[in-house]
Amino acid sequence: MGTYTATVTVRLKRGVLDPEAETTRKALERLGFSVDALRSADRFEIDLEADSADAAGEEAAEMAERLLANPTIHDYDVEVEER
Amino acid sequence: MTVSVIRFGGSNCDRDAVAALSHLGIDAELVWHEDGLPAETEGVVLPGGFSYGDYLRAGAMAARSPIVDEIGARAEAGLPVLGICNGAQIACEAGMAPGAFTTNRSARFQCEHVYLRVENVETAWTDRYEAGEVIEVPIAHGEGRFEIEDDRLADLEDDDRVLFRYCDADGNVTDAANANGSKGNVAGIVGERPNVAVMMPHPERVTLPDIGPTDGQGVLRAFA
Repeated sequence: MGTYTATVTVRLKRGVLDPEAETTRKALERLGFSVDALRSADRFEIDLEADSADAAGEEAAEMAERLLANPTIHDYDVEVEER
Repeated sequence: MTVSVIRFGGSNCDRDAVAALSHLGIDAELVWHEDGLPAETEGVVLPGGFSYGDYLRAGAMAARSPIVDEIGARAEAGLPVLGICNGAQIACEAGMAPGAFTTNRSARFQCEHVYLRVENVETAWTDRYEAGEVIEVPIAHGEGRFEIEDDRLADLEDDDRVLFRYCDADGNVTDAANANGSKGNVAGIVGERPNVAVMMPHPERVTLPDIGPTDGQGVLRAFA
């Protein structure tokens, strides 16, 4: 067994409206920044033990499938690092 | 019929639902989610509120609770289940109905009366209404925008599973009348089975005559 940190990033699928991101973009513009587009995402850093980095990634992907992401509106990706 | 109104930490329309059902002569009781579904349950309301503080996504936590597994299994066997507002979010998150309810187009919490056009009057949830009837029902949500893939929305429409759409006072389904930016102006649908219904507007808030119009009674009478 090894110890890993799996980082799951959950973001809205392209094309799904993100009103909070749009509000944030407008606020940045009010502060004088020029922003073409802004996307937001949720990141989960999960410390876990697994037989291998691949196994840790599979476990984290299942967490995303079953809870962290909603497949109707979200895409996600998983990165694994040894801890 | 005994209707169980499921209370989670953060539910806040649970007592309203019991009062509305009781007014219609329907036996209803509050059930704390950790106590499990009573054996005599013949119908379920998942009420509105902010279960688990809307952590992660509205409804995401409650949807993974044991009582919702039980409700899902009983729904497969025909148990009538109505998810209202946060209850609708829970039912979709639990896979009892397709799609997802997410952040309003306005990015704001909206508490207002809206008009709904009744689309399909062949369900227990809507057979007290006329086809195309316009009813006035309040909404109170920040995450009520119905999202679904285009092909799955087409399937819902082909199968006549849309119950209500946001419309104007004359029943025109327009973008301006789309309270929260929902796909197809959809405000309520039936789930994978017709005994499951989910809707963001609150029929229980327009049921008691003492507090105004009673356009929501027809939905709750499905339990009668």
